Amino acid sequence: MKILVTAKRVTDPDSKIVIKPDGSLDLDGVDFRMNYFCEIAVEEALRIQENLDDVEVVAVAIGDEEATKEVRTALAMGADRGILVECDEAKLDSDLVARILVKVVEEEEPDLIIMGKQAVDGDNNQVGQLLAEYLGWPQATFAYKVELEGETAAKVQREVDGGVETVHLTFPAVITTDLRLNEPRYASLPGIMKAKRKKLDVFEPDDFDIELEQKVEVVGYKAPPSRQAGVTVDSVDALLDKLANEAKVI
Amino acid sequence: MSKILVLAEQQFGKLANATFSAIGAARQLAEKTGASYDIALAGQGIGGLAEQLGAYGAGTIYVLEDASLEKYTAQAYAQAFHSAAKASGATFVVAAATAIGKDCTPRVAARLGAGQASDVVAINGSGGALTYTRPMWAGNVLGEVKINTDIQVLTVRGSDFDAAEATGGSSAVEKIAAGVDAGSLRMTYVGLDAVESSRPALTDADVVISGGRGLKEASNFKLVEELADLLGGAVGATRAVVDAGWVPNDWQVGQTGKVVAPKLYIAVGISGAIQHLAGMKGSKTIVAINKDPEAPIFQVADYGLVADLFEVVPELTSKLKARAG
Repeated sequence: MKILVTAKRVTDPDSKIVIKPDGSLDLDGVDFRMNYFCEIAVEEALRIQENLDDVEVVAVAIGDEEATKEVRTALAMGADRGILVECDEAKLDSDLVARILVKVVEEEEPDLIIMGKQAVDGDNNQVGQLLAEYLGWPQATFAYKVELEGETAAKVQREVDGGVETVHLTFPAVITTDLRLNEPRYASLPGIMKAKRKKLDVFEPDDFDIELEQKVEVVGYKAPPSRQAGVTVDSVDALLDKLANEAKVI
Repeated sequence: MSKILVLAEQQFGKLANATFSAIGAARQLAEKTGASYDIALAGQGIGGLAEQLGAYGAGTIYVLEDASLEKYTAQAYAQAFHSAAKASGATFVVAAATAIGKDCTPRVAARLGAGQASDVVAINGSGGALTYTRPMWAGNVLGEVKINTDIQVLTVRGSDFDAAEATGGSSAVEKIAAGVDAGSLRMTYVGLDAVESSRPALTDADVVISGGRGLKEASNFKLVEELADLLGGAVGATRAVVDAGWVPNDWQVGQTGKVVAPKLYIAVGISGAIQHLAGMKGSKTIVAINKDPEAPIFQVADYGLVADLFEVVPELTSKLKARAG
């Protein structure tokens, strides 16, 4: 069985993103790391690998050369092989990422794709669904629990509005991860050493005959409206007075 | 003439409230473009819902019924909504950014060869020069995006578009073939483990009381729940306490959880991580209760009470009870 996982490079959620006066983003000095939802995807694939014989886990990233680091991180966690599709991330949108992944899937023919439900930079939450539709595959987004039925199907519990929904998928299929699916492992030192010797193939969109034509384009960035801090009250009574007489909400 | 198609959301024979926010967004889009709007409704045995939607000013309600649509699955619903988009000749497709909207809409976009803007909070411009504002980087940045394809697909955030009110009148109801290729479906709905609650839904509630790490342990969440029940509100939580397993996942307020904008939001023992603030700072009145005066939550709060929550929350609850009684 083969599982394809994604390892997207994103800005560290703890880094502050500064918007320049011209409306572009200042990413100098910002730290990068693997998208947390992708880490959960890698972890889930490795757990499946530990429970079954002969499971190969292939990690793929799409981005500039620096994204090699995130593929190596996935390899250090335990993935077997890596793929980087090298291109200028600023020229991508969700649809292009999905269409590049379609090509990778056609090459690799995985039984299962596990990926983050969204990347914590663009927050689009589209790629898994687009990929599944382009491939004509079933999907389980926002996975909370994945139970394999042999190597050909799975029951997936999903985080939905108002509870947890269960769907049954026949492979090949796409699963996207939500927060509670698992707690991703850290790469061990031997894992990091081993990762350096694992195979990592690099492609370019040209290799797949894909033109980088964006369907969705970001034309500018701005800071969200700031909210003025209000007043400090010194007692419950003062708070109740404000809520009743000033805000008029109770 | 451009045409907007709203993808209605129904499950178990009930329309989602968020659908009316999507209709609200469609009305805005209609004003800006001169387009009219239709509504697509998919399911099985849902004729009654079509009647209900008929009073919301749509030209046509397209009803797609098929055995494969009895329960929601992304594969079948995407195919059905695609059929409706073709029938209406839609140049815009609008859905609510709910769990179902997020799950299904990109597949519809893929079938239409259209670009999608997710989680739209504002529609800007007019005519053929529209852009959409959407939160990125956990709400720390607002991106303005444009869609370059002939058909534009949007999911819209319910808390940022007023729910449409019924305008009377009645739309044409047209049953069309769902066009679902049953042989292509490789997923089935198994069941829903619903979180039973007598409380209002988080995204609909006028009052939301949320708890964070400051509550120290799961059992202390009852302080938050008592206060919420007294005020007829919903209960929310931070990602940290959801991760810790204290409360169900769908209580999470924040960029990766629910985005809420109630009239009153009370944050109890919440420090105010950016990703949490992204989910609640649209609230009308925000109260923060935290013993750490440096907590970032105070920077967005209208009223801050720097105090030990274990003392003041029970006091607040009992005094509110006294006022009510």
